[in-house]
Amino acid sequence: MTEWTILWEARALFLDGLLATLGLFALSIICAFVLGCAWVFLLEERNRLSIVVRGWINLMRTLPFLILAYLLYYGLPELGLRMSAWTAGLLALVIYHAAYFAEILRGSRLVLPEGYIEAAKAHGFTPLRLYLRITLPQLLIKTRPLLGNQLIIALKDTAFLTIITVQELTAAANSVQSTYFIPTQAFVVVIVMYWLISICLELALKRAGRFGARRGFDHV
Amino acid sequence: MNTQAWLLLLEGAWTTLWLCGIAIGIGVVLGLVIALIRLAKVPFVEQLLVLYISLARATPLVTLVLFLFLSAPVFGINMNRNTAAIVAMTLNTAAFNAEIWRAAFLSFSRDQREAALACGMTGGVFFRRIMLPQMITTSLPGLVNEMSFLIKGSPAVAVIGIVDLTRVTNRISAVTYDPLPPILAAAVLYMLIIGVLLKLQGLAERKANRLAM
Repeated sequence: MTEWTILWEARALFLDGLLATLGLFALSIICAFVLGCAWVFLLEERNRLSIVVRGWINLMRTLPFLILAYLLYYGLPELGLRMSAWTAGLLALVIYHAAYFAEILRGSRLVLPEGYIEAAKAHGFTPLRLYLRITLPQLLIKTRPLLGNQLIIALKDTAFLTIITVQELTAAANSVQSTYFIPTQAFVVVIVMYWLISICLELALKRAGRFGARRGFDHV
Repeated sequence: MNTQAWLLLLEGAWTTLWLCGIAIGIGVVLGLVIALIRLAKVPFVEQLLVLYISLARATPLVTLVLFLFLSAPVFGINMNRNTAAIVAMTLNTAAFNAEIWRAAFLSFSRDQREAALACGMTGGVFFRRIMLPQMITTSLPGLVNEMSFLIKGSPAVAVIGIVDLTRVTNRISAVTYDPLPPILAAAVLYMLIIGVLLKLQGLAERKANRLAM
């Protein structure tokens, strides 16, 4: 059992990695979510801007996440914009997942009954208040499972950042295994950590589901 | 970006495509097998598969690739990079495909089964002739979606040194000291590949909707 004692002694590394992953994940999904909601708000009105946003979302949907991270980390310095690996990674996560959040919300927006919107307009809601008070809450409750899936995908995408040298959980495992040559145990620990995080996310989603059911949205 | 750089990029694209192609091919079939075993409800095996699906869906592909490539020699299995990458991607995609197949199974109408049995079909014939063709149609959009997810995740294999479409940009920029053009070119190639898959998904969805299932 000596490998496990080595791992226990290297626990500080794992903990740092875990905190880095969680920090990146939390910060990026909050920003991505807000940005995604903003995209959908811009899509509400048909004008030139909404066409650009639509094109942008589709562009992101056809790109692998790592290519975007490469572009920000290796490509942008050429244009004079140098970022640390952490900032580039965070920015890539935000930009990428904002587009996916927006796509999920847009899909649900298309099938939202128009009556709500018309009633709210008749009551004198301004476009922004209409969106924040009427449209967005319904979209969120309805798309809850898809948003949850996207959260787990975002969590997994943080592992890609190890390739652009961000010191997160996978990078921690990699450095431990290359120092002590115990690849199996190091990665088992990290995989279990990822697993636990996503189980927590799923439990949180279930709770959110109960909230949705109380509000009478469980048929969606 | 000269001709040689483009050739390198295309070579990288080919590596990505064939690795993903093999993983998708095995993954779709393996997913179906897993879904079938789960539906058969074999006591111990079922819990094991549930655990596998839950773990494989939560593990990032990068971590899985590194884990398999680095720890296989510990167990005395000699894998080269490509095998490790294919195994990792297959394990990843099979878990998602199994869920897609299972959803198709669970939503399959019971009346058809009863009708087929009443007409004197055996269980096997019913599955082959009636159930499977319909299930393929209903789950095709999901499967194609999962394929494009796998291709979007495939740059993970770069972490063990496979020169795929993402990694090849590093190679080119190491020579030219000019990273932006190769990365943009690789992005365009990915857009083409995944764009084709998204189009296919749209077609598959239309077909599934036309059959009203």
